[in-house]
Amino acid sequence: MSGILVIAEQRRGELRPVSQELVGAAIGLRRAGDEVAVAILSDAPDRFVAPLSVAGVDEIVTVKTASPEFDPDAFDSAVGALIAARAPDVVLAAHSVDSFGYAAALATRLGMGFATDVFKAERIDGELVATRGGYGQKVNVEVDFPGRATVLLCVRGNVFKPPEPSASPRVTSFAAPPVMSRSKGREFIELSGGDDVDMAAAEFILTIGRGIGEESKVPQFRELADAVGATLGCSRPIADAGWLPKSRQVGQSGKTASACKLYIAMGVSGAIQHLAGMKHVGTIVAVNSDAEASIFGVAKYGIVGDIFEVADELRKLF
Amino acid sequence: MKILVAVKQVAALDEDFEIRADGRDVEADFLIRDLNEWDDFSLEEAVKIKEAAAEPVEVVAVSVGPEEVDESLRKCLAKGADRAVRIWDAAVEGSDSIAIARILAAAARREAPNLLFAGVQSSDQSFASTGIAVAGLLGWPHAAVVSALSYSPGAKSAVLRRELEGGLLHEIEIQCPAVLTIQLGINTPRYASLRSIKQAAAKPIEVLSLADVGLNAGDVGEAGSLSRVRRMYIPERGRAQLIEGDAAAQAARLAEIIREFTGGSV
Repeated sequence: MSGILVIAEQRRGELRPVSQELVGAAIGLRRAGDEVAVAILSDAPDRFVAPLSVAGVDEIVTVKTASPEFDPDAFDSAVGALIAARAPDVVLAAHSVDSFGYAAALATRLGMGFATDVFKAERIDGELVATRGGYGQKVNVEVDFPGRATVLLCVRGNVFKPPEPSASPRVTSFAAPPVMSRSKGREFIELSGGDDVDMAAAEFILTIGRGIGEESKVPQFRELADAVGATLGCSRPIADAGWLPKSRQVGQSGKTASACKLYIAMGVSGAIQHLAGMKHVGTIVAVNSDAEASIFGVAKYGIVGDIFEVADELRKLF
Repeated sequence: MKILVAVKQVAALDEDFEIRADGRDVEADFLIRDLNEWDDFSLEEAVKIKEAAAEPVEVVAVSVGPEEVDESLRKCLAKGADRAVRIWDAAVEGSDSIAIARILAAAARREAPNLLFAGVQSSDQSFASTGIAVAGLLGWPHAAVVSALSYSPGAKSAVLRRELEGGLLHEIEIQCPAVLTIQLGINTPRYASLRSIKQAAAKPIEVLSLADVGLNAGDVGEAGSLSRVRRMYIPERGRAQLIEGDAAAQAARLAEIIREFTGGSV
């Protein structure tokens, strides 16, 4: 039992960036003599060899699947067979929507140690210890895996640094066992949301969250955003309620504020999924009545107060 | 035709809280309990199917936990569940999401539903793994993060959309019975009426032991888990620089920050 197996992710022919971050996580866990192997599952896996050839990778394992896209049965079967054949002591996958679809079932079937949304992994006295968040990310939880020969960790994105592209790993292929898939992919649908705003291009965003309380409050924040020159964004509950189109939602399942330099969050608590879309922004100002809201953990400036009062006062100044 | 909805009573932290003496959890006194937000949506999805169906559809809410969990199950009954089942045993203490999944899978074998729903994740521990682990244990087809569902009761398959990262959906067709984990926003959960809350208070909740669902103590708790909590602690956080004063003073400083960015052009 040795070595680290990384399960890379691709979608519609593109390697997902978290794949390289997983290699970064693997390097941190590697012990003397450990090899890092990266498996890529696709109907045409060879095309991912180049982007996966990053420092620290010893081997790339191409696994040809029948379906071009993620299929839970195919992944469960192929990744399971690969683990059985290689007996790595650590398997790293992304904490992603695709992994949500098979990792827990696979870990249960093989009796592997298992933890999700891991943002820190280390060896303490030789034992693997993973750290994740608990109680809405207000505490950190260290978990270990007594007696488990293989441990599967699903690792949070945007945490580990992807290594430089430089390596020339050896490339092998693994024959996935035949599988009867019980679901069939039909098509991808891009969420446009009936609004032509481009949140990814916006440099100044004013975002509203659950704290605004009711739909009738939306227009005053739209007006405020216009007045200060910001693009109006929102967190998930606002889009789910239909108060703003989905195209304005910032976060994991919405848009990433890629070009944003100033981000004002009003009444946004700061769920991890929202932070994923904006925590990188240089200047974040959080306005929230709850001094313990997790948004203050990523903000540069914090205003603890009533968002309506602050919004009214701010409006007077523009 | 039956839909089983697995629900969890989650815990949020009180403003001030303390870590338990053994350092592995928060003192229970500081936990505020409620039905998991995701489960509100999965229950609603089941009730919607029931209401649209020509044939009778039974919606059963199932949860693992001590007596206090009845409060969340009554919420489910008030919002349209026909029956509620709770499974508990002191040996369940210390279970991770996988050990809980073993209990839910055992309950599902007993109920033999046509569909099983669970929330994508819980708001407290956010494992995002219980529902799919149940599917694995049952050997059922499964799909995670379902944000739209089209299913006719008794049909051999369902069509659904998985919500992927970055505003992308993936439409798939899946064989039934299946386990689906339901995402926020798939529907608009109803509020329970006063009348239905009253009716729910009078309905029985079936309480089962591990033995009733064919399990024993060794299947759950730490022995049945794939991970063990070693330590829980309050992390050091980057703290925002607080802008003090009344709302007018706070807004004035915020206006300055905005003008520094826009160069006073607005």
